[in-house]
Amino acid sequence: MSLLKEVTKGIFKENPTFRLVLGTCPTLAVTTLAINGLGMGLSTAAVLIASNFVISLLRKFIPDKIRIPAYIVIIATFVTVVDMLLNAFTPELHSALGIFIPLIVVNCIILGRAEAFASKNPIVASIADGLGMGLGFTLSLTIMGAIREILAAGTIFGVGIMGAGYEPFQIFGSPAGGFLVYGLMMALVNMFFKKFRLE
Amino acid sequence: MASILAIIFGAIFVNNFVLSRFLGICPFLGVSKKVDTSIGMGMAVTFVMGLASLVTWLLEYYILQAYQLEYLRTIVFILVIAALVQFVELVIRKISPVLYQALGIFLPLITTNCAVLGVALLNVQLQYNLLESVVFGVAAALGFTLALVIMAGIRERLEMVPIPKYFRGVSLALIIAGILSIAFMGFQGMM
Repeated sequence: MSLLKEVTKGIFKENPTFRLVLGTCPTLAVTTLAINGLGMGLSTAAVLIASNFVISLLRKFIPDKIRIPAYIVIIATFVTVVDMLLNAFTPELHSALGIFIPLIVVNCIILGRAEAFASKNPIVASIADGLGMGLGFTLSLTIMGAIREILAAGTIFGVGIMGAGYEPFQIFGSPAGGFLVYGLMMALVNMFFKKFRLE
Repeated sequence: MASILAIIFGAIFVNNFVLSRFLGICPFLGVSKKVDTSIGMGMAVTFVMGLASLVTWLLEYYILQAYQLEYLRTIVFILVIAALVQFVELVIRKISPVLYQALGIFLPLITTNCAVLGVALLNVQLQYNLLESVVFGVAAALGFTLALVIMAGIRERLEMVPIPKYFRGVSLALIIAGILSIAFMGFQGMM
């Protein structure tokens, strides 16, 4: 029961994108298309689950003073693995995400969960936490990518849904559109949480 | 010379790190509440990014590429940056306590500033030479500082204004950043 709670808290109550406001750089940069958002979310989730697992496993052996460099090495290792896998199996996604794949290393969600959760909790709970946070991040990125893709191109996952007469809003594919959509969605989430008194 | 000027102008205005490349958004949202602190953060980032561009360039071409170790790039760069930040912190504390007072609290935050690792990776991707890399690093950091200071100036004024309650905090900051980004898009026609 409590494990389920660890998973769901990352998806809603402590959603990394909209509630904790972590990992904002990839959120804004890759969400021009729904598929990129999904790819980035899943890659980050994979790194997060693996690093949470290893850090939790080693939590009694890593000396307190050098814990941050140790975490960074563990995270960077998994990021390199994901980078190579994406390059080998989905080269198109790999080039679309570009430098934001190696930049998963400095995604504050991952180091944040390592420091705040995995370093203090047993292995299974840490994996559940990583899974929840990763899914929450993936969900937010995919939704945001879908909204921007519909507005900017009239498609979702590459499938046209708006009909032939649709005039795309180019602005939502540009960096400015990323900021605007993120800001408005955050206001919407704030409203949702306040209205239903979820906090 | 002309290419150096183009790099400087491009990194500060046309492809501003924060507003068009989306690097360094966390400190941009976190430290942009007061103009003073944002200048301090900007100075610290400029210093570290210039130095990181230099060191990572040397590592990339004399060690990683010389021994075909490119796959270790991410791990090596982030470790070097983390060590560099610690080193800079120690040196500044010894040499200039005044500067340390001003920059001290920002330094540990810089390790996870994706602009620093981002600039190191972009230097490799864009195949800049040593001089171009360092210039790009410093100019990108100045662009970051510019965006940070503009944002802080706007947010200081917003303190006095009634804001719809759901937009308070990060939400409004993001929308302001969006409008700033539209303004900076105007520079794109100049290159």
